[in-house]
Amino acid sequence: MKKITATIESLFRFYIDGFRTMSWWGKKVWLIIFVKLGIMFLILRIFFFPDFLKTNFSSDRERSDYVIEQLTGNN
Amino acid sequence: MLENIDLSLVNWSRGQFALTAIYHWLFVPLTLGLSFILAFMETIYVRTGDEKWKRITKFWMTLFGINFAIGVATGIILEFEFGTNWSNYSWFVGDIFGAPLAVEGIFAFFLESTFVAVMFFGWNKVSRKFHLASTWLVAVGANLSALWILVANSWMENPVGMVFNPDTARNEMSSFRDVVLNPVAIDKFTHTVTSGFVLASLFVLGISSWYLLRKREQEMATRSILVAGIFGLVSSLAVAMTGDMSARTISKVQPVKFAAMEALYEGRTEAPLTAISILSASGEKMGEKKVYDHKLKIEVPNLLSIMTIGDKGGYVPGLKDLVNGNAEKGILPVAEMMERGKYARQVLTDYKMAKEIGDSASVAALGARFSDSEFTENYFRYLGYSYFDHPWQVIPSVPVTYYSFRVMVGLGFLFIIIFILALFFHRNQVLERHRWFLWLSLCAIPLAYLASELGWIVTEMGRQPWIIQNLMPVHVAVSNISAGAVQTTFWLFALLFTALLIAEVSIMVRQIKNGPKH
Repeated sequence: MKKITATIESLFRFYIDGFRTMSWWGKKVWLIIFVKLGIMFLILRIFFFPDFLKTNFSSDRERSDYVIEQLTGNN
Repeated sequence: MLENIDLSLVNWSRGQFALTAIYHWLFVPLTLGLSFILAFMETIYVRTGDEKWKRITKFWMTLFGINFAIGVATGIILEFEFGTNWSNYSWFVGDIFGAPLAVEGIFAFFLESTFVAVMFFGWNKVSRKFHLASTWLVAVGANLSALWILVANSWMENPVGMVFNPDTARNEMSSFRDVVLNPVAIDKFTHTVTSGFVLASLFVLGISSWYLLRKREQEMATRSILVAGIFGLVSSLAVAMTGDMSARTISKVQPVKFAAMEALYEGRTEAPLTAISILSASGEKMGEKKVYDHKLKIEVPNLLSIMTIGDKGGYVPGLKDLVNGNAEKGILPVAEMMERGKYARQVLTDYKMAKEIGDSASVAALGARFSDSEFTENYFRYLGYSYFDHPWQVIPSVPVTYYSFRVMVGLGFLFIIIFILALFFHRNQVLERHRWFLWLSLCAIPLAYLASELGWIVTEMGRQPWIIQNLMPVHVAVSNISAGAVQTTFWLFALLFTALLIAEVSIMVRQIKNGPKH
């Protein structure tokens, strides 16, 4: 148990040290990553990219029926 | 219903997917190739103990990190688009697409992201060998990520290893092995990753050349040119070889795309390979599609037959054979495929009706047909043709496919020459004397990106109108949403990705100007 705790602690310290001593470009790209992920998942995904079938139908059965309707309908 | 879907929705959805895929692909190939270049450089450092190699590795690792970080997760947007804009397609592909992507997420992504941390944070904290192993694992992980995505993409071009379930309207994987070992996937993976290696080698060569032009960091630059030159030359020869293999496979599984790549209308034996020509509308038409003649062409006699069939007497079908059929060569006319597709669609309609009225005998009989190879091989595989009104609608844009292919191949040969010259000048220690070559190497960086993007344009534009070859055309795949919504997100993406690209280029340029740490 002690060994596991020590391993986790050293891993944690490894990452913390890595982030603390990061260069200017490292900090900048992390900022970009967070902004990008924020825009993608909190704005685009929620407000602009709802899953069409999940939003419009409540069960897989309904989704299947809808797609079969689309496939067998006219072109 | 499909008749309510307007063409502008289809075109905006296609445009949006193309935009996001093109931007996403600006980040990916450099990651694929540069990761291996780092691994080679660090291996030299560990084997020789020469601190200069460590400094060189760390410099290129910085540029790798910038590209990796800014490009990461840009591909997820493509998955958003599947669910919103391409819902019929997403549902229809079922777990065929999901399984490789899940494997990618679990295996390659975690491998990559864990060891990326060791690569950047682990200098002087972990042993040299462990650090080196991490760098190699990042390279392998990044390329494995590409494998799974390309397996999924290849299935769309050559759908294999699945059975269609008429109850769920989904394709279910019947053989993971067939999906992974799909010949299109093997060719596409080897061709794509090796083209990434070439791009990264040109990136290293070009930036190193810039240092030499500026008379800065000469030792780092010449050492980097040696690594990039060797890796680039081997990779560019591999690109040529895998490209040839890929074209051969395409001629079998997507013959219409192949004929469009060659702008070949009349099939023939002893077919020459057109190195370059100018396409000119002949005045003739196939339906509403223009037929093009080759003007000012330079061709190699018999080579297309030899490269495609392995024999100069081999018959290479043209677009007219493929659309109108050629009984002598065993090529079905598209009109016949349309009839077969309509029959398959009728069976699906009858099955749906039988279920609705509770006719269990018909349900059993019709349902069994979807697992009967006679029906699936002769009818269901042509389902997608049932959505066309005219046979000529299966022809993609010939000029786009033809020119994209030729420019890509031409650039590929230019890159081989550049790598040979780089190694020759390096060996003779005259790199800095040939300033024209240093400029050429620098200019080759955008050309490498152009060639890489053109490769995807050949692949994706050449397979139009299909989203899944023979099974589903693009216009059937699209969701019934408003074109206005897609337009809005198109411009949002254009803005987001352009901002990311500007951020990447500006941070990279600043880092390159700073140079490696002393």
